[in-house]
Amino acid sequence: MTRLAARVAAGLALLIITLAFLGPFLWVLIASVQPDATLSAAPTLTFSLDNFEAVLTWETIILPLINSIVISGSTSILTVLVSGLAAYPLSRYQLRYRRHFMLTLLFTTGLPVTAILVPVYAMFFRFNLYGSVPAMVLFLTASSLPFSIWMMKNFMDGVPVNLEEAAWVDGAGWVRSLTAVVGPLMAPGIAVVAIFVFVGQWGNFFAPFVLLDTPEKQPAAVTVFTFFSEYGQVAYGQLAAFSILYTAPAVVLYVAVNKYLAGSFNFAGSVKG
Amino acid sequence: MTVATAPQSPPVTSPPQRGPARRGVLRWLLPLGPALLILAVFLAGPILWSVYIAFTNETLTGSASVNSQFVGVANFVKLFGDPTFLNSFFLTFVFVIGSAVIGQNTLGLIIALLQRGRGRVTRSVVNGVVIAAWVVPEVVAAACWFSFLAEEGTLNTVLGIQQEWLYTAPMVAVILANIWRGTAFSMLVYSAALSEVPADLVEAAAVDGAGPGRRLLHITLPLIRRSIMANLMLITLQTLASFGLIYALTGGGPGTASQTTPLYMYEQAFRYFEIGYGSAIALVMLVIGALFSLIYLRLIKVEDA
Repeated sequence: MTRLAARVAAGLALLIITLAFLGPFLWVLIASVQPDATLSAAPTLTFSLDNFEAVLTWETIILPLINSIVISGSTSILTVLVSGLAAYPLSRYQLRYRRHFMLTLLFTTGLPVTAILVPVYAMFFRFNLYGSVPAMVLFLTASSLPFSIWMMKNFMDGVPVNLEEAAWVDGAGWVRSLTAVVGPLMAPGIAVVAIFVFVGQWGNFFAPFVLLDTPEKQPAAVTVFTFFSEYGQVAYGQLAAFSILYTAPAVVLYVAVNKYLAGSFNFAGSVKG
Repeated sequence: MTVATAPQSPPVTSPPQRGPARRGVLRWLLPLGPALLILAVFLAGPILWSVYIAFTNETLTGSASVNSQFVGVANFVKLFGDPTFLNSFFLTFVFVIGSAVIGQNTLGLIIALLQRGRGRVTRSVVNGVVIAAWVVPEVVAAACWFSFLAEEGTLNTVLGIQQEWLYTAPMVAVILANIWRGTAFSMLVYSAALSEVPADLVEAAAVDGAGPGRRLLHITLPLIRRSIMANLMLITLQTLASFGLIYALTGGGPGTASQTTPLYMYEQAFRYFEIGYGSAIALVMLVIGALFSLIYLRLIKVEDA
């Protein structure tokens, strides 16, 4: 095979792969602007925004999206605060069990959170926390903390210690050192952790599905599921429109941190969280 | 806990005070405290709790909900004699091997290899589409595939056949959907790993007359083998616990034809409210997950923890 033939073959393979990945998206994109959409792939020539108009009501999408924002947002803020505080001694002090602690955190990130939901549910039921949004947020925070502390510590390690020395000379303790010097210098890192946690919880379906009791508390992930699990009388166009409106924020936020996250995949020889 | 000194500080009789006032336990316990508390109550707590209730007959309805009894290993005896559980275990194995180990891993590597030496436009278009499948929420991914595999759907139209995939081949359907969803992760891992492979090494082999296949097999793959192993462990862990996509697509059905272990656990714990039995399943999953996680930790070399 000549060089040119090889390049053409590789290009063709990439084209087929791209089209195959595009396939499942097509229906959602087309059906959302088709007034009488079915599951069929054959589009008509009509175009309308009726589906978007139909789902943009308080019960259908606005309240679920607000719930999603509240759940993902508070989990994200809490995770950043708690992991930022935790990262300071882990980054700055030589603690005896630091390595053990960090390795335990890394180990925890591998545990199947899905399995933990049964005991969490049993525990919530026992202590009357079932259906409580704050309690669920604390659980979601706990499940995001191991990875967030890892990322935070790595970002904090990147801030040179000698920048803090002036503050120490002035008598600043660790609180001022963290909030006035380290925090501002690692603002991009904090943003990455915050958005990473937010997007992760935005798509989380199982935890709210199991831990929340009424539809008024459910985030969009659960609403869109109930939307299409009741086959038969589904307004497919509206389902597609809902999916697009629900997905858009996650995509926008992902694009915002894409550049920073790409670096996280380089663990050929080491972990650089 | 002694006062921490920077390694490069000069050896003087009394170590210079570097850092803020940091004496006693409080200097690290105060900032670490909130994290330790939340992790203990909401992560370590439930795991330990599951160890306890897996040995009881706890339910949410009936008499065992008020006073559950210690039943020893009865749940585990029942579990490993339960054909539905063993079936779910086998399906989980098929799902992980098919969608993660073979599907995502191989396809991710192929895409990363094909992209080398391509222009920026090609790379960003391919990356964009593959990553989009990864970024959409799992329920939306399920909705996409639900229509894609429908009788009138895109796949049948392209192939020119009539087939109710979700009924006739539910495992094929969920495996395909999960490959679509997860390949981006492997692709990103392998793109990063391949960028570290020294180009002159590959070129030298080409000069020596090694074809593309031999260069891949004897040079590139051995150089990135740590990444391959680490990636295999990570995607196995992610796929083992996969719930939302399968649940939304097939609900484990028809019958139990696509009921992997997480779905079986869901059914026992949340539909029949057999919390003790469900926790026993959860514990089995946690132990398997812990084993893979330990292998992962051994594989990667953590530079500075």
